[in-house]
Amino acid sequence: MMRTAFLLAGLSAIAFAMPAAAQSGHAGHGETPPAPVAVPEEPAPASPACSPEHAAMGHCRPADEAPATDAGMVGTDLPAGDAPAPPPPDDWYADRIFPKGEMEHARHAMMVENGAQRVGFVSLNLAEYQAREGRDGFRWEGEAWYGGDINRLTLKSEGETAFGEGIESGEAQALYSRAIGPYFNAQAGVRQDFGHGPDRTYATVGFEGLAPYWFEVEGALFLSNKGDLLARLEGSYDQRITQRLILQPMAEVNFSGRDVPESGIGSGLSDVELGLRLRYEIVREFAPYVGVEWTRKFGDTARFARAAGEDRSGASFVMGVKAWF
Amino acid sequence: MRIDRRHFIGAAAGGGAAAALSAWFPAWAQPVSAGLKAQLPTVSGEDITLRIARQTMRVDGKISRAIGINGTIPGPLIRLKEGQTARLRVVNDLDEDSSIHWHGLILPFHMDGVPGVSFPGIKPRSTFVYEFPVVQSGTYWYHSHSGLQEQLGHYGPIVIDPAGADPIGHDREHVIVLSDHSQLAPEEIFRKLKVNPGHFNMQRQTLSGLLAGEDQPLNERIEWGAMRMDPTDIADVNGSTYQFLVNGHGPRDNWTALFAPGERVRLRIINASAMSIFNVRIPGLRLTVVQADGLNVVPTEIDEFQIGVAETYDVVVTPTEDRAYTIVAEVNDRSGMARATLAPRAGMVAPVPALRARPLATMKDMGMGDMSGGDATCAPEHAAMGHCTPADAAPATDHAAMGHGAGGMRHSMRDFSVAPQVKRDPSVQTISPMPVDRMGEPGQGLEDVGHQVLTYHDLVALDRNPDVRAPGRSLDIHLTGNMERFMWSFDGVKMSDHHEPIPFIEGERVRVNLINDSMMSHPIHLHGHFFELVTGKGDRAPRKHTVIVQPGGIATFDFTADALGDWAFHCHLLYHMHAGMMRVVSVRPRGDAA
Repeated sequence: MMRTAFLLAGLSAIAFAMPAAAQSGHAGHGETPPAPVAVPEEPAPASPACSPEHAAMGHCRPADEAPATDAGMVGTDLPAGDAPAPPPPDDWYADRIFPKGEMEHARHAMMVENGAQRVGFVSLNLAEYQAREGRDGFRWEGEAWYGGDINRLTLKSEGETAFGEGIESGEAQALYSRAIGPYFNAQAGVRQDFGHGPDRTYATVGFEGLAPYWFEVEGALFLSNKGDLLARLEGSYDQRITQRLILQPMAEVNFSGRDVPESGIGSGLSDVELGLRLRYEIVREFAPYVGVEWTRKFGDTARFARAAGEDRSGASFVMGVKAWF
Repeated sequence: MRIDRRHFIGAAAGGGAAAALSAWFPAWAQPVSAGLKAQLPTVSGEDITLRIARQTMRVDGKISRAIGINGTIPGPLIRLKEGQTARLRVVNDLDEDSSIHWHGLILPFHMDGVPGVSFPGIKPRSTFVYEFPVVQSGTYWYHSHSGLQEQLGHYGPIVIDPAGADPIGHDREHVIVLSDHSQLAPEEIFRKLKVNPGHFNMQRQTLSGLLAGEDQPLNERIEWGAMRMDPTDIADVNGSTYQFLVNGHGPRDNWTALFAPGERVRLRIINASAMSIFNVRIPGLRLTVVQADGLNVVPTEIDEFQIGVAETYDVVVTPTEDRAYTIVAEVNDRSGMARATLAPRAGMVAPVPALRARPLATMKDMGMGDMSGGDATCAPEHAAMGHCTPADAAPATDHAAMGHGAGGMRHSMRDFSVAPQVKRDPSVQTISPMPVDRMGEPGQGLEDVGHQVLTYHDLVALDRNPDVRAPGRSLDIHLTGNMERFMWSFDGVKMSDHHEPIPFIEGERVRVNLINDSMMSHPIHLHGHFFELVTGKGDRAPRKHTVIVQPGGIATFDFTADALGDWAFHCHLLYHMHAGMMRVVSVRPRGDAA
């Protein structure tokens, strides 16, 4: 009974292999394959059909080889053998029935459809009004990316304006981003500064990702066209108070390899920024927030600030929206 | 004889010509919440035409875009008879390629309906004729295998009546197609999952929960945080965007199935969801499971069962009282439910139970199954084969050696030496350090619900398995994923990364161990074959086409590669497959392989 089933299966394989060119691609297809007219030269030797002498030569494994010694064990209770896995085939069976070109096209589409999609993302992490002593301003920090799971083109921008004075400081980065682990991306590219300071251009390498305990972290090194080396580390944490109300502490520290007086940056630790923002996710994609931010400049950076008539530290009250699309 | 009974049922169920007529109206066009008793439109016979087209659907009064078949969602019930030839003309009226896969049907590979694997797909405004002999009976279903069309409503039920007498005696039957529906476009759902991990989860642990003493205590939250694992991540897409449907109707539409007290009512339950694993119960009624994935099982009485995406279960209930019962299909993260009513007359309702508290993932869900000190459901014969560890035989020395005594958290969650075949890839967030066979467990959140819940161990095939040989070899397949990037793969390899099929020789019998390295359940479906679950049932192993592999656990099946050709093999969570959790399986005659 089983033997017959396997033989039939073997025969049907031959049937599929018979000229299928006459069959149309996708219209009106679906006739059962033509009945086999000849006995196949090499019937597929399914294991039930394994003859003892053949088995002795190691050509196949007889079906009834299952050890009858396992008292009472039958079917799925029996242990599995250790036969080697067959090599993967180098053909596609559907190509025997449908035009190869059409199948190639469909295969490609199927592959792309199951894991190779490209996705785009635009986010405004910060877009806020900053109320502070002296002059109020606006600050933004955003990111956009496009690509697959591993390779992406990432754009970043951040900066500040003081009302009535235009863009105080701003930067834009264009990065190649690559997933280097389950949680982290490595990034490399260029950064362009704009605003009141010198419009430097930097080569940059960095990383971003999710650290243990759910900390979002980001770091980068920037080498300017004047040879200045800067570094930046950022981290933040989302403390979910309710499903929609989230308190986000964040910190950013900046370092410099040497004094860059034109930019007002001193060597070593140049400044620290701490923020605490409370946002409400009306929807996941749109969350207004209020918060406070405190910044402090250190070392020569503080000295440069004082020389320019600025404070070495300051606090702001902020309100804005976090949004993404 | 059987036909006579069906005639009788038709008359009884319809309760008159008016009700029968309403079947030919789109059921969702009927007034909201009045209670519906519409039967699904049915097509049958040798020649069946199915037309795939865009349309709208109305769920709980709200209209949304959809794809239907012959104008309805779900598509018409296809009723076939074992032994007949099915000829199904499928007309694609969409502006994009489409397809229909006949889920669970044994047929020639080129009729299986997977574009790029079994055939080229059905081009826009064209027709494909599927034709195959119907060699089985039972409850099955069909759906698109193109893109994300299934989420939009491109699915429907199949019932195949047996050639001989049906061993399941029943007086009346109802088909219950469970599904999920969102106002969001499926492409948008997928994008949100990709760009914002946990986007749809509105049941996370919060500070206010901690202060209220809910969920994990602080030390556990810190431990889980260290591993970057969220115990509330049970369902990727859930009730925050989904409505859960019964035969296309929302909970407020209250689709109603009629019965007469004392009748044996057979419910053919199909999970046609894109992403939703349901826990099904009917408060007040015991459920007798008589069929799983279309094949008969020894009747077993339970109170609730989990149904993975693409699984089917037939249950018989015998309500004796003249009252209504609520059919509850609660989604596994308890963020919503599909609801219908079983009643003697239309318009009756029964109390709808509140959603139960959502479950939290445990250490076992992270693949640290052995840590509890063994598996209470481990049968001795199974243990002897090394499949599991009985509770009282947990090797204490091993535990000590592996450094998880009191702390219990010393495991590397990404130790590739545990699974050498898994590719070191960003798609692999974790590797289960000590996964155990979880087929004897009822599913997340069902361990302690106060009544009897089905497990795979309760299933025993009614008929002896057709092939009772020992497997010639075994094969491990790791189910891998990264919930932070929404990447899903087998062995760390996405479908899009690797086109080489998983090879099998025709007629060979292979034991497949599905090892879940993720913290989510995956209903895994092998096309073109039934497989026997290795649950200690010998030659009466339950035969299935889809099996849930529980988080951090193992599910094992034996199968005979008896269907020549190339077949799809994938996680049936639509967006997991779409993210790459799929592979092609090839079955070749011996000597044919390269």
